[in-house]
Amino acid sequence: MLWLGAIVLLVVIVPVVVYLLNGVLQAARSIVPAVEGIAAVAAAGSKDLDAAALLLTTQDQVTQTVAGLANYGGSLDVILDDAEPAR
Amino acid sequence: MSAVGAVFLVAVLLIVLALVYFLVSTIVALRRITAGLDEVIAGVGEIVEKSAPVNDVVTAINEQLDAGVDLLEGLLVKKAGMSDAMGLIEGAYPGAAAAGLRNFPESTDVEAPRIGEIYTRGTLSLARLGREAPIAALSPQGAVLRNVEGGSLAARELYPDVRHTSPENLPRSPAIGVDAPDQYERRDDIGAPRKRLPARRP
Repeated sequence: MLWLGAIVLLVVIVPVVVYLLNGVLQAARSIVPAVEGIAAVAAAGSKDLDAAALLLTTQDQVTQTVAGLANYGGSLDVILDDAEPAR
Repeated sequence: MSAVGAVFLVAVLLIVLALVYFLVSTIVALRRITAGLDEVIAGVGEIVEKSAPVNDVVTAINEQLDAGVDLLEGLLVKKAGMSDAMGLIEGAYPGAAAAGLRNFPESTDVEAPRIGEIYTRGTLSLARLGREAPIAALSPQGAVLRNVEGGSLAARELYPDVRHTSPENLPRSPAIGVDAPDQYERRDDIGAPRKRLPARRP
């Protein structure tokens, strides 16, 4: 009986343990490249957003443009006659 | 030690060695994953930090642009009238009149006249106004588009004729009518008998 248990332990249990542990290891190793890829993309995305600060300049330019437009429109409103009402 | 005990010992030893090898390897892989996730978190944190004010800024820009659109649409319709306004828009941006004006839903029902091809003086006036706009001085592309002290040369150079060279004979204005080389769409009611109004009752 002891012999049977020893053979089962050596022939069945050990390979099963190795198989299961190898599966866990392969799964963990397969995650590494994906995480490294995500990290690279996140870094690139963060770098791309460096230009977002220029939106403040755009906002300032748009404000100045609309202000100039309003001044210009006000002058035009005074200079030009209104259209004749539709008949 | 008996032979059975030796076999047991070898089996247990193999199991322990396998556990050590695979678990250590797994720990190493998990540490690399942790390091990678730390980089991800740092990158995502930067993204969140940099994109945080974008919404407010873009909203403010859109509000400014909305105000500009309201101003321009209102001024154009007020000064040119709905029909000519749509004609000017269609002349400057072909096909845009179909979309209509945002603040004037009825503008989509207007049949836009071909102002850009027929009313040369109006187009010229529009071009001059555009070149003399103070906004042009703020253009980041370079200097002022038109020298205010230099007359209307810049505006006249917009046209494919030779007016700015002061020739003896200028080309004729665009001819319109039945003998015109370019025939435009005609309204169906032109040339048709006038509608007779119902007789007034005494």
